[in-house]
Amino acid sequence: MKDTVTSPAVPRAINWNRLQDEKDLEVWNRLTVNFWLPEKVPLSNDVQSWATLTDAEKQLTIRVFTGLTLLDTIQNSVGAPAMMPDAQTPHEESVLTNIAFMEAVHARSYSSIFSTLCSTREVDEAFRWSDENPHLQAKARAVLETYAAGADPLKRKIASVFLESFLFYSGFYLPMYWSSRAKLTNTADLIRLIIRDEAVHGYYIGYKFQRALERESEERKAELKDYAFSLLFELYDIEARYTEELYDGIGLTEEVKAFLHYNANKALQNLGFEALFPPEAAEVNPAIMAALSPDSENHDFFSGSGSSYVIGKAVATEDEDWDF
Amino acid sequence: MSGLVYFSSASGNTARFVASLERAALRIPVSPKDQAPELCDPFVLICPTYADGEGRGAVPKQVIRFLNDPSRRALLRGVIAGGNRNFGETFALAGRVIAQKCNVPLLYSFELAGTTKDFARVNDGLDAFWGTPCLTA
Repeated sequence: MKDTVTSPAVPRAINWNRLQDEKDLEVWNRLTVNFWLPEKVPLSNDVQSWATLTDAEKQLTIRVFTGLTLLDTIQNSVGAPAMMPDAQTPHEESVLTNIAFMEAVHARSYSSIFSTLCSTREVDEAFRWSDENPHLQAKARAVLETYAAGADPLKRKIASVFLESFLFYSGFYLPMYWSSRAKLTNTADLIRLIIRDEAVHGYYIGYKFQRALERESEERKAELKDYAFSLLFELYDIEARYTEELYDGIGLTEEVKAFLHYNANKALQNLGFEALFPPEAAEVNPAIMAALSPDSENHDFFSGSGSSYVIGKAVATEDEDWDF
Repeated sequence: MSGLVYFSSASGNTARFVASLERAALRIPVSPKDQAPELCDPFVLICPTYADGEGRGAVPKQVIRFLNDPSRRALLRGVIAGGNRNFGETFALAGRVIAQKCNVPLLYSFELAGTTKDFARVNDGLDAFWGTPCLTA
């Protein structure tokens, strides 16, 4: 048998001073400036607060965090790497390596929370639960199918945006809820850092999807849009059941579902599509909104609520750019 | 008739928000090589937010360049800001920065490409703000 060794293709050295897409540098800068590690957050200040939770609340919290760990693990080891061969520019590939690494930081962070607050037995039990929970496993499988080798690159991006901008939120709800009741506030600070990163990831992957979609035929555009909405329905179904299983006991299921609708709409917007759920169904408890973005009241000069002129809190701006 | 000016990057969220308002609006170009719109009437600016974790870089460079022209700035009456609550306290920060720098009211903030509720609020609000019912241009 003849050896048909093809020589490996050598990539071109990346030149960040020659950009094909300015968005690559903009997002690279945003992600690198926002870099953080869990050690930055004083999680041990939550030890006392943790002790005020009931056993059921503790178990719920640990389970929610193992569920989030699974999604971060998937995006770190499978999702972001799967999108690298689809990259349209070398800079996009670099951004994806950053995304992949930060997902590993996120996954690692949950273990920092566990080692600070919980017993090994509780944590081992929760990881076992996540390995076996049918809804959690179903959502992981639905996403992983689109990541498989040979799958459609644009469908991969759709699933990835849904993971980043929708699937995390049944979990993110809980630390925001605790934070709104002045519990586990340091843990909430850490989760907010994760939420901030995932927002950039969903935005960027959605942006790349929109750029690629522009080059497709009308027929294919329609096919991909249908695919996106049907995948969202499928994932929503799983999320609804996952939410009921987790939150029925604490009486929060309906509130969490409103939060899911709100985030599903935002995920669709990241892909350039219109919202699916009507505003009434996506009305999130204001306390949760305030926990998401503290100190940023919703300014509505038109309806007379909020302050019209914004005074107070100094904001960091580069004065040299403004010459008046 | 008083106007609407907006900036939207290639991701297009703010452009989709403005399109949903169905009002005449001028776009500040993404590329500095393209000509900025000519203005002669007072206007409200709609601007997305690009802040990092510390709040730096909230206002896009193109918008800063646009507002650095005193004759344009003199016509600015208010600002509406886009953003994403997932960015925490820097949500819609561009609006607060422009309002402070230019001493105009921050009229409204919305997320990503807005919701049907936002479109109605902003349309009603702009009609009232300009004091005349707006005929869809």
